[in-house]
Amino acid sequence: MKKALLHFFERIEPDKKKSPLLHTAYDAFFTFAFTPKTVTTDGVHIRDGIDLKRTMVYVVLALQLCYLFGTYNIGYQHFHAIGQYPGLLDGLHLKLVYGLIKILPIFIVTHVVGLGIEFYYASRKGHGVEEGFLVTGALIPLLMPPDIPMWILAFAVAFAVIIGKEAFGGTGMNIVNIALLARVFVFFAYPTYIAGDEVWVSGLEKVNGVYQTAAYGGVYQFFDGIFNAWGWDTFGAGGTAVIDAYTGATPLALGYQGGWEKIVATYSVSDMWWGFIPGSIGETSKPLIILGALFLIGTGIASWRIMVAGVFGVAFTGLLFNAWGMTPFMEVPWHYHFYMGSFLFAIVYMATDPVTASSTNKGKWIYGFFIGVVGMVIRVMNPAYPEGWMLAILLLNVFAPLIDHYVLEANMRRRARRAKAAAQ
Amino acid sequence: MMKSGIIKLVLPAFLLLAQIGHAQTPAPGKSDSNWFVYGLAAIALLIVIYIIVQVSENLMAIEAKRLGADKSGANFSLFPQMRELFDTKRPAYLSGQPLFSLRRGFDIKLEGEAPSQINTKVKSATYALTPANFRGIFPIPKMEVEVGSIVKAGDPLFHDKSQPGIKYAAPVSGEIVAINRGEKRAIKEVVILADMDMIYREFKAPDLGKCTREELVAFLLDSGVWPMIRQRPFDVTPAPEDEPRDIFISTFDTAPLAPDLNFVVEGRGDAFQKGLDVLGKLTAGKVYLGLDARGDNPPSAVFTQAAGVEKYWFRGKHPAGNVGIQIHHIKPINTGDKVWVMGVQEVITLGTLFTEGRFDTTRVVALAGAELEAPQYVKTYLGASLSDLLKGNLKGQHVRIISGDVLTGEHKAESGFLNYWDDQVTVIEEGDYFELFGWLIPGSLRPTLSRTYPNFLMPGAKFRADSNTHGEKRAFVVTGQYEQVLPMDLYPQHLMKAILAGNFEKMEGLGILELSEEDIALCEFACTSKQPLQHILRQGLDMMREQS
Repeated sequence: MKKALLHFFERIEPDKKKSPLLHTAYDAFFTFAFTPKTVTTDGVHIRDGIDLKRTMVYVVLALQLCYLFGTYNIGYQHFHAIGQYPGLLDGLHLKLVYGLIKILPIFIVTHVVGLGIEFYYASRKGHGVEEGFLVTGALIPLLMPPDIPMWILAFAVAFAVIIGKEAFGGTGMNIVNIALLARVFVFFAYPTYIAGDEVWVSGLEKVNGVYQTAAYGGVYQFFDGIFNAWGWDTFGAGGTAVIDAYTGATPLALGYQGGWEKIVATYSVSDMWWGFIPGSIGETSKPLIILGALFLIGTGIASWRIMVAGVFGVAFTGLLFNAWGMTPFMEVPWHYHFYMGSFLFAIVYMATDPVTASSTNKGKWIYGFFIGVVGMVIRVMNPAYPEGWMLAILLLNVFAPLIDHYVLEANMRRRARRAKAAAQ
Repeated sequence: MMKSGIIKLVLPAFLLLAQIGHAQTPAPGKSDSNWFVYGLAAIALLIVIYIIVQVSENLMAIEAKRLGADKSGANFSLFPQMRELFDTKRPAYLSGQPLFSLRRGFDIKLEGEAPSQINTKVKSATYALTPANFRGIFPIPKMEVEVGSIVKAGDPLFHDKSQPGIKYAAPVSGEIVAINRGEKRAIKEVVILADMDMIYREFKAPDLGKCTREELVAFLLDSGVWPMIRQRPFDVTPAPEDEPRDIFISTFDTAPLAPDLNFVVEGRGDAFQKGLDVLGKLTAGKVYLGLDARGDNPPSAVFTQAAGVEKYWFRGKHPAGNVGIQIHHIKPINTGDKVWVMGVQEVITLGTLFTEGRFDTTRVVALAGAELEAPQYVKTYLGASLSDLLKGNLKGQHVRIISGDVLTGEHKAESGFLNYWDDQVTVIEEGDYFELFGWLIPGSLRPTLSRTYPNFLMPGAKFRADSNTHGEKRAFVVTGQYEQVLPMDLYPQHLMKAILAGNFEKMEGLGILELSEEDIALCEFACTSKQPLQHILRQGLDMMREQS
């Protein structure tokens, strides 16, 4: 079978000169299917089995649980808002199908736009497609609210990949995290689609001052047909009003308004921990993120230093705020800050991006710690938007080279001092 | 010292703060300002304690330094080091000895290790001296022989035009049968068909007790052993007029499938000791010996009983046996320093020159690798023919023959010859095959540092390795990977970037002078992005050398 596949690939190889773009795409898929037969030339004769593809794919693997839960949670939040199927497993098929219908287009648009740009630039530069977008493309859907319009998403991805990466020279050269750049683009260009209380629960619209579910379109009707045939529950026509006292606000928004008491009035601690709360698609479930983090630390792909330092940073700042206690939000017990918002997701998957993080081990401690501190400051003290990890990580991305600079300077100074001591 | 001190401060402070935070959570609404004041007071108290601890700790360190006791490797901190708490117990032979335990590094465990027994049947008929082995000499050296000349072992074959004093001598006696030329008429190798019974050029070695350093140097230059000395930085043949700060010798080799030097020196202890005595005469500094502290039993008495040298013990994975790593820990190379290094078998050749008055280049060579029918040790001479050594021993034809180890050796044709300093031949499989989803679900186990493979679960396992790159070259992406296998206070990735950017100041500051290719080779093996680190480092070293 391997031979047949190889033969097939050889037969369909497009001409490199005539159609460079096609050849680049071909090369990308070919090297995806087969590791090339290149051998070592000068230097070492044997090479480690790890390569960038494997490294990147392990991050994507770690994200799979977040994808699964994210898909479910889109549906769960939708039906939760109108009071239907309150049990976790009630209407599971509806919740999952609803989530899939939301998340698949986001995933596809992200990859078509992002990979298209990657392939184009690779063919222009005349080298292979690099793997960076594997992770970026897997992260972007998880960072978005479920109802993000596709055209905004496409713009954001294009902006991030072109300005954030290709302008700097491709994978490994970028200054800031690409996935976060895509999100921050939406955040500043189209803030109403990614901030506020109305965007985190999917499929609600305001009619005559009351929120109700939007009409279910053709795709839903198609599935209804199938479910009907099996005798299962169906989506129906839509237009159901939300339950009394419904709010689409995230715990953080509530916390900003009225502190911990207001949060627990709406969301239980266990809901926040397990992730049955509104939010960006992939960031809500804390245990699954922690599992992913353990997987990444265990395989040695992501830096545990950054994660640990980040946790310390949050705890430290949280304690300071507790002691300060100027606003109700500051008095939220420090350890509950880990339950709310996207800190864990950000520190595990975003902050540990090796290209944009500090590249020295000492630098990683400082980098992670300050992400924790700055993120908490933005979360708690920013009046407009009670969440800070995106901005904190982007800020520290910019400062990472500076941190490294001082770590290296210290190393150089140590060497110079040693030389001076020896000369005496 | 400083760093650990800070951790010692931060941890208790953090715990205290955590306590404060915890204590107040159940009672919201209560005034918190008291706790805040207490917290600040506690922090102030901790800072005072910290200062006292730090000052006393530094005083200890200063006192230890004044007495010269800090070199012994003992811990003069007020706190026990992690290592001391969790380290395995020292074997008895190490008690009171200066020991460096290097935690970073990696042993690539390969199949095809040679058993400790010399196969006396394997002989090489031809031997060659390869000018390209000597860094920095002109590609077309001045020949002193021609095809058909009869030479004795120790007769000069050629010399470099810029350093005519350094003679490159015939490793064996016999007839010059070929002078092979490569590109641009560069001399590739000078091939000698060896006599059955070796004829040695007679030497009258100077008496070490009486002769001056100049006389000694003149003798070494003339006798042909001078090129066996290498100078760090840059890894070049030292200039005759230079005097080294110190001389370093590593007595164990941790590279994959490397020969066991304890076995190699068996019966040659006198010559080794004599070689050390000669080296002691060449430097105003000291001769340092790096000893192997990995085993439960001490290494060969030839090394442990060596006289007139400073001995330091090293324990750790590869590259703990590299002399460059040992220099870094014993007495690092600073800008302007020149130190010499020498291999164990070269020291024996040097010693034999004085004990027996002849240029004896006998080499015990390990033939190793999974593609050999019978990995073994052979006793031959410097520059032996690979086809003779490997005759009838190769498993297949699709193999790569390496003079040296898999990390730093040179790819040779089967008709090639052993390189000047090499005491090892490794044969591995060529890896020019496509692998279906090889990056995700590889078809075979392979050596790796990555825990994305199950290798870390089988600590004793040995692997077959081939020359496949297992991936394509990429820009530097993953960080912290090189530091993991380089037991030096050095940032390899940033150094590489400084070299690529041609930033001399940074290159020097980040310690390029302390490195040689063999030290960085393991980083190159581990590199996710498949970067040619040894090549980049050599570029940088060449740039530095031109500057100086």
